[in-house]
Amino acid sequence: METKKTSLNKLHKEHKAKFVEFAGYQMPIQYSKGIVDEHKFTRSHSGIFDVSHMGQLFVYGGDSLTEDLEKIFPLNLKDLKINSSKYSFLMNEDAGIYDDLIITKIDGGYLIILNAACKDNDFKILSKLLSDKYKMNLDEDRSLIAIQGPRSANILNELLDGVRELIFMMGNWFNYNDQKLFVTRSGYTGEDGFEVSIPNKLSEDFTKKLIEKGAQLIGLGARDTLRLEAGLCLYGHELGIDKTPIEANLKWAISKERMVKGGFIGSDKILNQINDGTKQIRVGIKPEGRLIAREKTKIFNESELVIGEVTSGTFGPSVSGPVAMGYVEKKFSKNDTKVFLEVRGKKYPASICGLPFYKKSYVKGATK
Amino acid sequence: MSEIKYSKEHEWIKIEGDVGTIGITQHATEMLGDIVFVELPDVGTSVEKDGNAGVVESTKAASDVFTPISGEVMENNQSIVDDPAKINSDPENEAWFFKLKIKDKNELNSLMNKDEYEKFAKESGN
Repeated sequence: METKKTSLNKLHKEHKAKFVEFAGYQMPIQYSKGIVDEHKFTRSHSGIFDVSHMGQLFVYGGDSLTEDLEKIFPLNLKDLKINSSKYSFLMNEDAGIYDDLIITKIDGGYLIILNAACKDNDFKILSKLLSDKYKMNLDEDRSLIAIQGPRSANILNELLDGVRELIFMMGNWFNYNDQKLFVTRSGYTGEDGFEVSIPNKLSEDFTKKLIEKGAQLIGLGARDTLRLEAGLCLYGHELGIDKTPIEANLKWAISKERMVKGGFIGSDKILNQINDGTKQIRVGIKPEGRLIAREKTKIFNESELVIGEVTSGTFGPSVSGPVAMGYVEKKFSKNDTKVFLEVRGKKYPASICGLPFYKKSYVKGATK
Repeated sequence: MSEIKYSKEHEWIKIEGDVGTIGITQHATEMLGDIVFVELPDVGTSVEKDGNAGVVESTKAASDVFTPISGEVMENNQSIVDDPAKINSDPENEAWFFKLKIKDKNELNSLMNKDEYEKFAKESGN
């Protein structure tokens, strides 16, 4: 299969991107300044991320669609306000995660943002679950651009007046060159920021304007270090078909009333796990010194028994030290539990810690 | 008089008498990206030509460091362990990795000179 390119591919090349193939797309891993610089720039200024490889699934329908989606997602969608977003999961009957996603109630239906590697399979699963009753469009004509970091609200507001009035996990339509863009105040870096759904033909011009106003292109490498410092899960690492949202310590994403009533795919397992607990759970792991523990690093307890495995690990530029997440047996999951990480045949000390490593700064209340 | 030679694994070695100082090349650091961790061979250990002699890690991945020739490690550079970013800023001077007592000078014949290495690095393309 031929590698796909996003609408910003030419612009990435102009900015000297190093490319990697990711989920069938040619994507920038970094630009000339490198991951650490890009990471810090996002935390202090404003970074632009091309996330057009992700799926933008529009599903159209009325009240019956809301009812049908509530049979799938562990959310209270009936009471969700228009233009509000929720983080959720597409699960199987055993609560194994097919994908994690953001669902937004829009005028006339829902917009669901899906992971690139999962989107085609998600589409098939959802089409089947919804019995092809509704119009569904996995829109390839739109790009998705994230703008993240403390200067982003002011920069984006110069192009889209009123965007800074949005609050975290809220969106709206904005006009740009007579075209409609859907903007949500969200992202995956731990910073205040936005995600912009924009027609492909406008995305390059729009991104160039953001750059003119002081934002910089940031690659997937820094996106990974940013989300890891923020303690956010990445599908294929922390999340997968062999993990449930409860094991992933994401119970907060399940609506309270649905925890009681159930009635969604995987709810029996979820309710059982909420009541009885799980064998393993996702935790933060802080290695001592500068040691980096990558994915699949084995975690040992003080009696030298294997108690878990690292799912992501790198060096966190903003915390100036190594950071990792992984799964351990529940009884070893308390903060400050001493563990050992086996790297290149030797065991190194580390401790279990709370997440995030870097404090999130979302704009939740009234805007300034 | 010192002489500098290069390996296909992108290490340099500066030869002064029977002592070799080893590091990684500028080209290697450009391929690796920001280096955030380094592990060096302990003083007193013997390393074999083309064998493992440490690790460098970027934010992305870990890569082995190989020794271009055999010998006994006499000294390692703790300043790059404490501040691995030095490897990106000055890889071929300040950020040397370790010094060794050269076991067999004949091993140096298999290494490249500067012109040969530059041509090799350019052709390897990555």
